[in-house]
Amino acid sequence: MVITGCGAVSPFGLGVEKLMAGLRSGSSAIRSMPEWQGINGLRSHLAAPVPAFDARPLLARTLRRTMGKMALYATIASMEAVAEAGLSEEEITSGETGVVLGSTTGSPGAYQEYYGNFLSERGLATVKSGEFFKLMSHSCAANVSLALGITGEQWAPVSACTSSSQALGLGYMLVRSGRQRFVLCGGGEEVHPSVTGIFDLLRAASLATDRPEDACRPFDTRRDGVVCGGGSGVMVLEGYDSARARGARIHGEIVGFGNVCDSGHIANPDMSSMARAMELALREAHLPASAVDYVNAHATATELGDVAEARAIARVVGGEVPVSSFKGHLGHTLGAAGALELIAVLQMIALQQFLPTRNIAELDPRCRCAGIGTERRDLRMNTVIKNNFALGGVNTSLVIKRV
Amino acid sequence: MKTREELQRKVAEILAEEFELEESLIVPEATLYGDLGLDSLDAVDMVVVLEKKFAVRLADENVMRSLRTVGDLLDFLETIQQE
Repeated sequence: MVITGCGAVSPFGLGVEKLMAGLRSGSSAIRSMPEWQGINGLRSHLAAPVPAFDARPLLARTLRRTMGKMALYATIASMEAVAEAGLSEEEITSGETGVVLGSTTGSPGAYQEYYGNFLSERGLATVKSGEFFKLMSHSCAANVSLALGITGEQWAPVSACTSSSQALGLGYMLVRSGRQRFVLCGGGEEVHPSVTGIFDLLRAASLATDRPEDACRPFDTRRDGVVCGGGSGVMVLEGYDSARARGARIHGEIVGFGNVCDSGHIANPDMSSMARAMELALREAHLPASAVDYVNAHATATELGDVAEARAIARVVGGEVPVSSFKGHLGHTLGAAGALELIAVLQMIALQQFLPTRNIAELDPRCRCAGIGTERRDLRMNTVIKNNFALGGVNTSLVIKRV
Repeated sequence: MKTREELQRKVAEILAEEFELEESLIVPEATLYGDLGLDSLDAVDMVVVLEKKFAVRLADENVMRSLRTVGDLLDFLETIQQE
């Protein structure tokens, strides 16, 4: 199952090119959110939102009217992905193509609009017709299907920070089983204070409002939590033979998917379950741990999560394999994170270049067991692991091979 | 109370903004669902936005559904205003 098209809407802007320019230059897309200062009880005033843009020239009004920001991002990313994959109109609309796109929830901006009206008016008179389609949990998948004319299977994994990594896993299974020839996989997310507020309530959000560029510090001793971001990553998956027959450019092959649940705690990470996800993915790929050249970590800059993941990585692949996380650049794009970060990993494979974690001034001694690199450098990469973990006990790992 | 001309200008402005239409297309003869390309979801939103802008209730669904042209809509809004 190979990846033949990528599309990205990220905190760095529209397009894979902008995502990679931001990551390669080591920039941060995180900024202060002074407009959140009036929200009672919210202490974290930081985010990595997608820069504002005019969507009117990109999509018809009749499509945009049912899209919250996340569905808009997912649609623009999907359009880029199918264009890059070179899928024909016939291939997209014939039923051969399916969609698997997740998000943490429906659009939080639409929730605010709908319930704001509903609760203040005690009624529905001011609610517009498009609101439900923005706030429903499969808003990204449904709107993308409509915009592109897709008539195959539509799925929407909803599992917070693993929504899009599960979407990739599900797409991989759909193509492998022969149910679909092509699948658009990924996820979307949008910045909203109510989302940051959840992490703040859990005491897991960064409070470094006055230093946005330094705020998110995965694996660093001075880390103080998550910064939420927005965007969408979408990839086109298809079988190897299909891609070869079409003459498509192959970015990489998904060869294993580990997806395990830990039932110890609803919020706390579990090192052994993280390790188990990686081990299962490698087992499915029929690859030994020694084959792994790089691990792209979930590492969101929480103390519990970073330390557990570093230990899990060290347990599975040892302490020499290079590891990095992109949360210091992009913030945590939650339901979009798995796909957006994997798109960047595919570009790293193409360039054979390791991109380090941003904002490590002093590596946490408890994370030194893993090969966390702090310098950009050339790196031979044939096999990589992409981790994503979620609140609620979901642990996912994808194994990707260079083709 | 608005004159017919004022009403038409106001309605054209509202529909143009809400549905991203050229104001010049919003003439009395234009059909809502043909010439202006509105659909069933737009019909719901048209009621919401007109109620808000004119501070009236357009509760009679049957009448709203029977409106075919911009002119019909203007007639209806005039009646509501008179009431």
